[in-house]
This record gives sequence, structure tokens and C-alpha cells, in this order.
Amino acid sequence: MKFLKKIRVVLSLLFFLSILLFFLDFTGKLPFQMHQLLSIQWIPALLSLNLGILSILLILSLFLGRIYCSTICPLGVLQDVLSWKTRIFRKKRKYRFDYAKPQNILRYSVLAITLIAFIFGSSFLVLLLDPYSTFGRIISQLFRPLAIWANNGLASVLGKMGNYSLYQVEQVSFVPLAFGVALLFFYIVTQMSWTKGRSYCNTICPVGTGLGLLSKISLFRISIKESGCTRCGACEKQCKSQCIDSDNMKVDDSRCVTCFNCLSACKKGSINYEFRYKKQQAQPIQNNENNSRRTFLMVTGAMLATAAFAKTQKVISNNDSILSRKPIMPPGADNIEYFNSHCTACQLCITKCPMQVLKPAALQYGISGITQPHLAFSTEVFCTYDCNICTTVCPTSALKKLSIEEKKVAQIGIVNFRKSKCIVFTEEKDCGACSEHCPTQAVHMIPYKEGLTIPEVKKDICIGCGACESICPVRPYQAIYVEGASIQLKAKKPSEAKKFDKKIDDFGF
Amino acid sequence: MKRRDFFKSAAIVGLASFFKTNALGSVVSSKNLAVQSAPDLVAVMGGEPEAMLIRALKELGGIKNYVKKGQKVVIKPNIGWDRKPEMAADTNPDLVAALVKLCKGAGAAEVVVFDHTCHDWKKSYKNSGIEAAVTAAGGKMVPANDESYYREIELPNGVNMKKNKIHKSLLDCDVWFNVPILKHHGGTKNTISMKNLMGIVWDRKFFHQNDLHQCIADIATFHKKPALNIVDAYRIMKSNGPQGKSEADVVMLKSLIVSPDFVAVDTAAMKMFSQVQPTNINDVRHIALAEKLKVGTQNLEKLNVKRIKM
Repeated sequence: MKFLKKIRVVLSLLFFLSILLFFLDFTGKLPFQMHQLLSIQWIPALLSLNLGILSILLILSLFLGRIYCSTICPLGVLQDVLSWKTRIFRKKRKYRFDYAKPQNILRYSVLAITLIAFIFGSSFLVLLLDPYSTFGRIISQLFRPLAIWANNGLASVLGKMGNYSLYQVEQVSFVPLAFGVALLFFYIVTQMSWTKGRSYCNTICPVGTGLGLLSKISLFRISIKESGCTRCGACEKQCKSQCIDSDNMKVDDSRCVTCFNCLSACKKGSINYEFRYKKQQAQPIQNNENNSRRTFLMVTGAMLATAAFAKTQKVISNNDSILSRKPIMPPGADNIEYFNSHCTACQLCITKCPMQVLKPAALQYGISGITQPHLAFSTEVFCTYDCNICTTVCPTSALKKLSIEEKKVAQIGIVNFRKSKCIVFTEEKDCGACSEHCPTQAVHMIPYKEGLTIPEVKKDICIGCGACESICPVRPYQAIYVEGASIQLKAKKPSEAKKFDKKIDDFGF
Repeated sequence: MKRRDFFKSAAIVGLASFFKTNALGSVVSSKNLAVQSAPDLVAVMGGEPEAMLIRALKELGGIKNYVKKGQKVVIKPNIGWDRKPEMAADTNPDLVAALVKLCKGAGAAEVVVFDHTCHDWKKSYKNSGIEAAVTAAGGKMVPANDESYYREIELPNGVNMKKNKIHKSLLDCDVWFNVPILKHHGGTKNTISMKNLMGIVWDRKFFHQNDLHQCIADIATFHKKPALNIVDAYRIMKSNGPQGKSEADVVMLKSLIVSPDFVAVDTAAMKMFSQVQPTNINDVRHIALAEKLKVGTQNLEKLNVKRIKM
């Protein structure tokens, strides 16, 4: 059965590297369709109710156990990579794990609180704890900037030699809160995987805990054949989930991530991956009865706390007006409640935004929306008219898919023109940068004084792309800016110009 | 060392162009005598971009008059917008490719094409059709999306703008061509050859903050002049410029106007444009402002203008 581990390693590396590289890719060289691979994840599939992917993942879990954790989840594989790499720094270079008792109170509480908070309308914990999104934040906030630095350094060296095959890429803008969240989780995950293998997956990760419940009844499981086992403990030493109790010849199915390392370790072939329900069931499903009462109390307490937490959250988010302007959501977000509760802030749209106008939010959406994407315009950085990439890649459907034509009328915000600050008004000089950049001509120039023209806005055809704001030379507070729309409506289509049909035969001079 | 070299060569080029304008002036003043001399401005109408370019250059003595063997050439079209060629927001890709081919044919060591775009540069390069056309013709597209590609220069004759940063490839080349497209423009009313210079600089915000028209005239005083301004009027954008809303903004003129003189070429193009969309040339203030700075002349009567119909 040793081939199982090999298959697992190959598949997990395939998934891991694809997802990793897709997040890192800042040049758009990788095939865009790869984004579909990233929707094969539990939380995104649940949030987007993607029944196809959900049934595949469910069948996998019910048949084979926590294959998701060992193979598909990028954060899981990252831990394997980390603990595999860190062997170099340890004295004994082989895995050395010992059986550990399950942290039932902790893991079931986290799962319960996350679930209850979500039911009460706060998806904050889902956002924070979804392993795929955590991985996305770690890569995009910590490693992507390094890759871009390396690229830009190399590009400038090559550029000096007249070679422009690499080009300067704008660095990821630094949002301290988003960086902090990513760093915190990277630290926790590294710390835990350093010596304790997959303990993050079995104590903190709600997806891992949830799948643990399913893997208790999965068709296949790891089991020890008592007749052949010498209790040598070789399997236990290799078990990164610390769920093999070799003394008692038992495997805690709920924590086993089906990595198959134990199968390769056993010289006697006494540990096997086999059908659970053959013959009569030897034992009913294991229950930790001693703990169940305490767990129940803890969980109930946690439920109440969460309910209270969820309520305060609501109060905070109703106080939008204290912000000077409403945050601008990406196109396809539809309305702010839907968006905030469905986005897990995996940062995929942010990393794929060609203009880099999407940035992780600090507190623009309130505490529960930390690191969710919002639009932040800066000089010549605005939302491209002919682009729907963010709506296409979103794996959780927090951004609904929009065709290019739909995107062109998706009103993510509305323009506000403050004439008294406009250069044409204050300096009496031509400018028109805003109108020049406006794709719909919602901002257009009308005659003003003596040959001058001044902007005029038509709000019903404005889509809030921010091109005008990004280019307005009045700083630091632009004379023209976009107010975010909490409910994204459909803008009117701009009218076309009158066609010119006459034939010109003269030079005119 | 490099910087010093640059200043040296800049001084030489500056001196050379000074003498050249004098020579040109003497030719102009004695126009009747200099029958054989090359025209100051050539306008061609009724052909395809490549054919019109070849025809215009023939009048001017051929590409070899401008590009010598082994030289580094830069072509600066308008690639500001992520628009397809039919929208006439960017210079016609066939025209740019034809020029690349001619330069290569004249023995240019390399032909580099760039623009500091307004839209996403990669999308603009691609969707304008210019990247593919230039690469196929043997030219090289270089990025212009980062400040590190630019180097500061002085504009001693500028009024409001005394310095800015210009793309290094243009500063370091032997000869360059300015290849704008003729368009309506919401801010400056029209965009032709001088407005196209906003794509060779890094800091455009300064223009808008300090009287756009004056700054455009100021950048036109930059000592390293293009060998030729080649104005693409094959398709023009008559309204909703500079990016246009739809193809209803586009008019086919099948024309090309070529001159080394910024002011003259813009004046001629304005007159052609006004047949479609009447526009007061005085409202395009940078044309008169540039003339005041001795960049060129609006007086086409005084110039040797060649008009060709194909």
C-alpha cells in the first residue's frame, strides 16, 4: 500500500504548486483558466453553493476520509512543506511525532462558534479561519511582494543593459492590518507545524474539525491489524496528525488526514487503509464520553458569546455614515451585506486585478470585513472599463460573474464633482483630465468662460470606475471623486455620438 | 560618466538643431529659389497607411534622409488607450509597423516603440494592435509604466515647466519619430503632435496643475526634436475624445500629414479636422503658445507645403 503515499504526495504538490503560482503570478503568464482549480475548496464551494464541487468534495470525504486536508487544501500542504523543510534545522532529521490527545473542547468550540456566528450573520470567523483564504492572504501579503521585489531588481539590472524582457511591476500596496493578519496566521501555522505536524488542522481549523466528523464514518480508514502489530511505534512516529496510539493499536479517525505516511512506515504491513464496514462492525464509532459533558457546556457558552458578538457586529456596521465616504466594493458585489457575508478575503481578485486598484480593506467595512477587497484609487489607478477579471475569478461568488457588457454598466459608485475646487474654476485654465479619462463621458466638458471648458457630470451613466478621481490634479482632496454604492445598480448606457456621413475630399488647408 | 556623456551629446544635438533651423529658415525665406528643396510639410490623402507613408517620405527624400545605418531609432505613437484600432483612440498599427519596417530597411540597429499609456499599459499595447504589428515588423516594444524608466531633463525655454522626466530610450536614441493620431480632446480640444508628447514624460499631473496648454508648449521646446511628426489621420476621432465612446465617434479621412515642424503640422491637422468638427484653433491654446516659444509656425502660406492625392 506504499503507493498510496506516493500518489498523495504527487497530487498534493500539483494542487499546491498550481495554487501557489497562480497567487504569485504577477505577469499574467499562467493560463487564466487555472482560477477554476481554486474553486475546488470547501468554504468557497459552500458559500457559492457550487453543488458540483460540493458533491465531489463530499463524496471524497465520505469515501476516503480527509483527502481534502492532505491533498487539496493549500494551507495543509504548506504545513507539510514547512515541517518537511524544517527537518534540516532539527537534530533528528526524521519525523518524530508522538500520540497526543485530541483537543476536543477547543476544536469543537471553534467549529461551533464559527457556524453559529455565520448563522447570526457574521462571517468574520469564516473569513479568518477558512484555510484556503488564510493561505491566499499569506501568499499575497507576505510572499508576493518578495517575488515582485526580486522581479523589479532583476528588471532594472536587465533594463540597464537594454533588455526589457522583464518589466517593472507595481509593488503590492502595504496595508498594515492585512499584512498583520497574514503574518499572525503564518506565525501560528509555522509554529504549530514546526513540531506538531498538523495540529493546526486539528485544533483551530473549522474545516478540518468538520471533516473529522465525516471521516469518522468514511468508507475507508486507516486501521491497525492487531494480529501482526508489534507495537513498535514506527507508524506513530510518522503520524503528523498525532492520532495513532500504537500502544493501544488505535487510530483517531477524526484527526487522521489520510496522508498515508504510516503505511510506508510499517515494516510488518500491519497498518492498512481499508474498508471500514467489512464483516460486522467490530466497534461502534468511538466517543470520548468523559469529555462530552464538558464539551457540551463549553460549546453552549461559546454559542451565547457568539450570539452577543454577532449582534454588536451589526450595530457597528450600521454606523457607516461616520466614514467620510462609503467604501467602494468591486463590481459584482451587488450589495454590501451580501458581499461582506460571502467574501472570505482570499485576495485572489486583488492579486489578479490588472490595475491593482483592488486593495485589502483595513476597517472600511468594519471589523468583520478586514482584508476584504475594496477599490482605492490613486494616480492613474482606477477600475478598467473593459475588464471583469475580479468577477470571474472569485471562488466564493461574493462577486457575481459579470460579462464585459454587464460590467460596463455595473454602478460600483457615483461621481461627485466639487466645482469650487476644480482647476478650471480656481485657476481659469483648461484641464479636463477627468473627462479625458471617463469611459462613459458621464463626466464631459461644457463651455465655460472664453474658450475654456469645465466638467459636468451625468450621474445616471456614471459607473464609479474612478478614472476621473485618479487623474484629477487637485490634491490631496480631488475636485472630483467617487462615492461607493452600498447597493450596486445598473447604470444607463451612454448615448452614442451622431455619425458623420459626409465625405471629406479636401485637405482643408 | 554616463550622465556627463549625455549632457555632452545633448549639447551637440542642441547645437546641431539650432543650426538646422537656421538653415531651414534661409531655405524658407528664399523659397522661390530653392525649387529642389524638400517640402516643409507633406499631406497625403486617399491611400492605405503604409502607401501614404512611403509616398510622403518619397517627397522628403526617403527614410535614408533620417535614419542612418546602425542607429537606434525610437517611434512614439499614441497608445494611450485600451481600444481596438477601429476606435481611432490610438495610432494606426499599420502605420507604425510600416515605419518600423522602413527604419529597419534603412539599417537601423534597433527600433524601439513605447508610450506612457493612460490605461493599463499591457492591455493598451496589445489591444491597440500596435504590439503585434511592431513585433512582426522587427521592432521592439518597451515598457514605460514605471518612473525608473525615465530620466530628468531640463527645459530651459519652458515657461511654466522647467524640467520633467523623459523616457530613457528616447533620450538615448539617435533619432526619433513622433507618430500621433488626430483626435478630439475634451481637455485641450484637440490632440495632435504636441499633445502626444505627454506620452514621453513621466509626470503628467504637473501639466494639469500648471496650465495644461502652457506645459504642452513647454515640452515642445525640448531640445531633442523628432526627425518628423507623422500625423495619422487615416481614421480620426471627431468627438468624445480622447478615448471615444463608440465607432460613431470615428470618421475615415484616409490621410497623413508629415512635417518636422510641430506647430505647422498641428495647424494643418486642425484645419483638416475642422472640416468634420469645426474647432477654433485659438481654443487649442498650446499651438499659439508654442509658436510664441519659436517651436514652429502656424503660417502655412510661408511654408513649402506638398499636397498629394492617391
